[in-house]
Amino acid sequence: MAFFLETLIGGLMAGMLYSLVALGFVLIYKASGVFNFAQGALVLFAALAMARFSEWLPGWTGIDSPILANIGAFVLAGLVMFAVAWIIERLVLRHLVNQEGATLLMVTLGIAYLLEGIGQGFFGNDIYKIDVGMPKEPVMVLENMFEGGILINKEDFIAALIAALLVGALTLFFQKTATGRALRAVADDHQAAQSIGIPLNRIWVIIWLVAGLVALVAGIIWGSKLGVQFSLATVALRALPVVILGGLTSVPGAIVGGLIIGVGEKLSEVYLGPYVGGGIEIWFAYMLALVFLLFRPQGLFGEKIIDRV
Amino acid sequence: MREIGDVILDLRGISLSFGGVKALTDISFDVREHEVRAIIGPNGAGKSSMLNVINGVYRPQQGEVILRGDHFKRMDPYRAAKAGIARTFQSLALFKGMSVIDNIMTGRNLKMKANLFQQAVWWGMAAREELAHRAKVEEIIDFLEIQHIRKTPVGRLPYGLQKRVDLGRALAMEPQILLLDEPMAGMNVEEKQDMSRFILDVNDQFGTTIVLIEHDMGVVMDLSDRVVVLDYGRKIGDGSPDEVRTNPEVIKAYLGASH
Repeated sequence: MAFFLETLIGGLMAGMLYSLVALGFVLIYKASGVFNFAQGALVLFAALAMARFSEWLPGWTGIDSPILANIGAFVLAGLVMFAVAWIIERLVLRHLVNQEGATLLMVTLGIAYLLEGIGQGFFGNDIYKIDVGMPKEPVMVLENMFEGGILINKEDFIAALIAALLVGALTLFFQKTATGRALRAVADDHQAAQSIGIPLNRIWVIIWLVAGLVALVAGIIWGSKLGVQFSLATVALRALPVVILGGLTSVPGAIVGGLIIGVGEKLSEVYLGPYVGGGIEIWFAYMLALVFLLFRPQGLFGEKIIDRV
Repeated sequence: MREIGDVILDLRGISLSFGGVKALTDISFDVREHEVRAIIGPNGAGKSSMLNVINGVYRPQQGEVILRGDHFKRMDPYRAAKAGIARTFQSLALFKGMSVIDNIMTGRNLKMKANLFQQAVWWGMAAREELAHRAKVEEIIDFLEIQHIRKTPVGRLPYGLQKRVDLGRALAMEPQILLLDEPMAGMNVEEKQDMSRFILDVNDQFGTTIVLIEHDMGVVMDLSDRVVVLDYGRKIGDGSPDEVRTNPEVIKAYLGASH
């Protein structure tokens, strides 16, 4: 029982991290109907900015407290993400209003390559570390309930908590504020949104900025776990099945999808793995996504796709 | 009681073509403050194109739009909205996933001043503003008699009610000029009567200038002060409903005589 719980909790926490990346996809899709292939590149870019600024800042300003350096780096990286959002809107999206979805999809692929290239050119292409003081050592909990207790990775736990907070805040922002309402309006109908005076350009900057900030948080968490390196861009690929499962248009879907996949991976690896020779964790999510594409292509929470004949 | 004022919107020599297809050819007419001005014509006459030129969705190759004396060579929907022009759509363009109240609230967007940061922390101005605008939206909901569906996602509403929400969203902008693109298309007699009543009330109570496209001659003649008639992208008649009704060219176009 304790072992099962341990696996389950580990899965939930890993799932929360997938959700965080998936959230970036969902935000942009909701607001502009574009599947953003550049989300992984955004994560890499943001993590690189964070890692390098925290390294450079003490030299530039003489701050030697690592906490201050990290806060400074976070603010700077946030500003960089704002600049990225602004440039993308200005140079790319503005010229593509009312274009086909496939065109925009290809454009995000292009943006992904540019971001990866420019990011590494500017910040360097080594392996860097982000150290925001996440506790590394695991803790035992519930020792008096189970023999030996349950082992929990503190770092994962804090990361999951941050992810959950971020998701909650974003949901509130979308549902309760005027800008959130404008974002949802733009997602539903560009033309109608413009005709009631919602400035499309500003909305796009905001949405890419929010996606950029989510990428920054995801980049910091993943980066401090795995190190900041090119492979971080492929973290987004792990989040793809999550959005297929949860539905591209649903913020709660991204969360639930992430949790299901996190838990599914871990449990199947532990309990089914031995029978098929292991390695399930690697393909489990994609398999699940495939099944969903066959039977419920809109995902668990996505809007039902209705075609008028 | 409303009194028809000076020219508020003047369209001069508008020509619009898509590739080789001429949608509008040299069209000029004006709209006076507080009046109900109708644009009628058979299918494909260019009525919707005309409306789309007024609020800047289409940019005409020739001609200009003069709004309260300001000349616009290039209008765009955002600027039109800021200048007090609201519109409804022929094919519904509501925000389907959102509730009726949220849809109408989006119409208040331009009037909201709180910045993103204040909204994000739901603080001071943002919260006060939200409540004030909410009150205004409730007035509109009462006016359009849709209290019972306030919280329903608009995608689930029947067509006639969606049309009413579309009007509500436009009214939330407190526009000076309201463009209505076939507000009664696809409605039954009772729904048409309701919609006619709302349009007249808007015009009467708020003094809103209304430009209206309609297919159904009968409805238009009762509602409007002056009527423009288009056929194949050309203006073939302009005047009071009675003048238009007796205009031989208009009769020809509507009875489908050979061209």
